[in-house]
Amino acid sequence: MSNDYRRIAKDGIWDNNIVFAQALALCPLLAVTGTASNGLGMGLASTAVMIASGLLISLFRGIITPQVRIPVFVLIIAVLVTLVDLSMNAWVHDLHKVLGLFIPLIVTNCAILGRAESYASRNRILPSLFDGLMMGLGFTLALVLLGAAREILGSGTLFADAALLLGSWAAFLELELIPDYKGFLLIILPPGGFLVLGFLLAGKRLLDRLFGQRRAALASAEATASSRS
Amino acid sequence: MIEEQPVAGPYTHARTSIGRTMGLVLLALLPATLYGLYLFGWPAIFLFGTTILAALIFEAGSLRLAGKRVRPFLLDGSALLTGWLLAMTLPPWAPWWIGVVGAFLAIVIGKQVFGGIGQNLFNPAMVARVALLISFPLEMTLFHAPVPLFSAQAPGFLDSLAITFGQSDQLDAVSSATTLDHLKTELGRGVALETASGGVGSLSQLTLGEASGSLGETSALLLLLGGLFLIHKRIITWHIPLAMLGSLALLATIFHLIDPQSYVGPLTHLLSGAAILGAFFIATDLVTSPVSIRGQLLFGAGVGLLVYAIRTWAGYPEGVAFAVMLMNACTPLIDHYLKPRIYGRDRKGEPLTYADEGGEV
Repeated sequence: MSNDYRRIAKDGIWDNNIVFAQALALCPLLAVTGTASNGLGMGLASTAVMIASGLLISLFRGIITPQVRIPVFVLIIAVLVTLVDLSMNAWVHDLHKVLGLFIPLIVTNCAILGRAESYASRNRILPSLFDGLMMGLGFTLALVLLGAAREILGSGTLFADAALLLGSWAAFLELELIPDYKGFLLIILPPGGFLVLGFLLAGKRLLDRLFGQRRAALASAEATASSRS
Repeated sequence: MIEEQPVAGPYTHARTSIGRTMGLVLLALLPATLYGLYLFGWPAIFLFGTTILAALIFEAGSLRLAGKRVRPFLLDGSALLTGWLLAMTLPPWAPWWIGVVGAFLAIVIGKQVFGGIGQNLFNPAMVARVALLISFPLEMTLFHAPVPLFSAQAPGFLDSLAITFGQSDQLDAVSSATTLDHLKTELGRGVALETASGGVGSLSQLTLGEASGSLGETSALLLLLGGLFLIHKRIITWHIPLAMLGSLALLATIFHLIDPQSYVGPLTHLLSGAAILGAFFIATDLVTSPVSIRGQLLFGAGVGLLVYAIRTWAGYPEGVAFAVMLMNACTPLIDHYLKPRIYGRDRKGEPLTYADEGGEV
């Protein structure tokens, strides 16, 4: 059983990552990742929706007939997003102003509907909950990575305005990496999002290949060792 | 797989190769480049060298990463030409990092990401030029009046090192607007053309290159000679340059005749900015322009139209780079619809029917 959860975690964060493997949810990804803080905020909001939608849809999967499943999923997700939207407006108002339109647009995030359809509607409650959490964390990871890369290249800072998101204790996260940086506007603009995402995808595949080679080398070394003994 | 024996036929060998093509283009660019370097002095030479060196280093690094053989691809001159063309579109006194970032954008993002030479959709030098212009508007629009090498006003060797590689504050003293920039600003303020053109170089100055601008925007005459040399050597055909300059001149003439006070005349359009450089050296890039003759005419005319539209009505004073990239994006479409007729078939690809085979005449 624990093996099963490990599999879910590995899928969500790396192997079947929403952005890096499934290439879903690119619209909010490219729109809000001008800074790492925005990426983190958006990622956490999406994660909350994914966990809750995983829970609810898994809970009701016995009574949702296949014919009406898509409208029902959309309705559940829309309710959850409205909750998240209003809560963020109430408690992290400054971040809500920055992310603005993209919070309500989580409804149309195909990744959430995708997980509801392909996982939560066919699995028990706990795994669905965990899958939502891991997929959300994987999405957050991608958003923060892309946001950090674009922020460092584009404006020379890292986690600027993190205090808006996490409270004043997070001010230590706000770094100005390159003093007197003139800014690289292209990276902040949407084309820069595509460019940096492309390089991140290439980087992920490169890492996968390196890990694969190392694993193969280890396996063959073990095989020769066991055949000798 | 069947190994086919090569047939001994009456073939002649054209001796064309990538290296030879690139070499001839570089040769054609050489006079205008040398003159531009002379006009703008040591800072221009440093920037030129830095840009080309960075382009070669990025090319070698990308080839290595991609697991290709480095030497043959590096020595075919394509990266050298890209860096060279990019340097010619930069303001001559720009700081060194403009050249390096530009070389990265051109070689890595504009060319190698697509798969290297022959695979890129857009002209690499123009990708870099546009990305730089959008990212660093200040540095990319700070032009200087020419101060020829060894003349009294020219900065010395060490001062020039400071201009290109250091933090120099003396730039403001010599900055000046390009012809197109000045005309656009003045016309935008509602000043009549006759008054506005008082502040810019005369047509003869534009022809010879004694006006401020990018390194390659200077001498229209030398660039034209280089372009004609390329046509003579059959590296490029006349279709794209003529269609581009022709449509640009035609539009400029029409609007100038309609309202001479607010539209710049055709000669100024042709001789200023990057029109000549773009027509002969950039729009004719073999990789990113259409294959067929009719396609090339359409491509050139489209570039000319866009250049005129951007220069006249859009936010930027010069539009050759944008125009070439927009038409680059249309190239696959043009190639799809304007295919040359295959020998023995009609335009739709159906075999021709002949009377002696029983078909209709």
